Amino acid sequence: MIYLDNAATSLRKPDCVVQAVSEALCSLGNVGRGVNAGSLSAARVVYGTREKLSAFFGGDDPSRVCFTCNSTEALNIAIFGLLGPEDHIISTDLEHNSVLRPLYRLEDRGAALSFLAADRRGCVDYDALPGLLRPNTRAVVCTHASNLTGNALDIRRIGAFCREHGLLFILDASQTAGSFPIHVAKDNISVLCFTGHKGLMGPQGTGGLVIAPGVEIRPFKTGGTGVQSHLRAQPEAYPTRLEAGTLNGHGIAGLSAAVDFLRETGIENIHRHETALMRRFYEGVRAVPGVTVYGDFDRERAPIVTLNVGDMDSGEVSDILMEDFGIAVRSGAHCAPRMHAALGTTVQGAVRFSFGYFNTAAEADTAVRAIRSIAEE
Amino acid sequence: MRERKPMVVFTFHTTAAAMAMEKLCKARGLPGRLGPTPRSVTSDCGIAWLAPASDREVLENAPGAPEFAGVYEREL
Repeated sequence: MIYLDNAATSLRKPDCVVQAVSEALCSLGNVGRGVNAGSLSAARVVYGTREKLSAFFGGDDPSRVCFTCNSTEALNIAIFGLLGPEDHIISTDLEHNSVLRPLYRLEDRGAALSFLAADRRGCVDYDALPGLLRPNTRAVVCTHASNLTGNALDIRRIGAFCREHGLLFILDASQTAGSFPIHVAKDNISVLCFTGHKGLMGPQGTGGLVIAPGVEIRPFKTGGTGVQSHLRAQPEAYPTRLEAGTLNGHGIAGLSAAVDFLRETGIENIHRHETALMRRFYEGVRAVPGVTVYGDFDRERAPIVTLNVGDMDSGEVSDILMEDFGIAVRSGAHCAPRMHAALGTTVQGAVRFSFGYFNTAAEADTAVRAIRSIAEE
Repeated sequence: MRERKPMVVFTFHTTAAAMAMEKLCKARGLPGRLGPTPRSVTSDCGIAWLAPASDREVLENAPGAPEFAGVYEREL
């Protein structure tokens, strides 16, 4: 199989990640539950991973790295823990349902939403942001890059806008963590929400929040913490404040090794490699008769190329790619309804090719030949 | 029976803070180890940093130490 669905998950993991999870499965106890060699080994691994991620994302305190199962859980914690029915929130048309659905639930409770509109190329007009402000605007919640088109947002600019207007900035880094530089302090991010299993190349079931100083999130869930057990309420100190129940210690051990791999490899090298593959594929398919490619390829972007072939059902194209060419891609709606609406692909869907660090130029070329073949039929 | 000695007990608000203490002490060669918080200090569970009472001052004033929930002396 040629795996070109890295925007869904990075199927191939670094060997060190596999080894770390395997070792953890044989050695880790439960963090903070008792004080024995097993629980302490788990606590050391988990704390070490907090330190690595805090440094990796420009945080200032490892205790402000809180683990979750994925970025969806992290986004729910951030959105419901910081915002309420009295607030107005700005988001964008690029969002995944992991942002949209929590926001829509808040809207059902009385909150007001405004969306920075995307055009037919999936681009936004940043100059329209000030016009969306209201007296009760509390936050901007947005993705770093569209999971459908790969178009990236200028988070430095959005962070500056939030700083200027005293807004919280909640960032969904699902498509960029691990291959784009992200700095919580420099980008003025209030809460960075990440998943471990995509660009970070860790195991599924890992993710979290990196929380800026002064940002106090109401606990989303409460329960066992191993500390302050006689308190009725969830303890207030981070990270315990947002972590109830047993953590995915085995997964976090793998994520720790993944961050080591990213640092050793260099995210700029990963980004360069993935971008080269994305552009190679894009150049190969953009002029094929009948093929429509979506997105803005004139600036920095995530390694995604999304297209349609004539008026073919996108699901049929992906099925041909898998069955006849052994190429795994993602078709359909991609959990991004507003983005599809902006592109005009709500009915047809689209076929997404997303490249990862372990893909090769030969695989990109094979995918080009496959699309040419399908388009010629 | 374990021989009881005067010990200083540092408690923390979170397990993460306890791990930060261990890392700091290991890096700087400071005395002590992680252990269960004595019930005579609090019944709230958690991990404590345990060291000879004579080392209390050096530990209490260690630059970069995490915030302590409390500092106690006990015969342990």
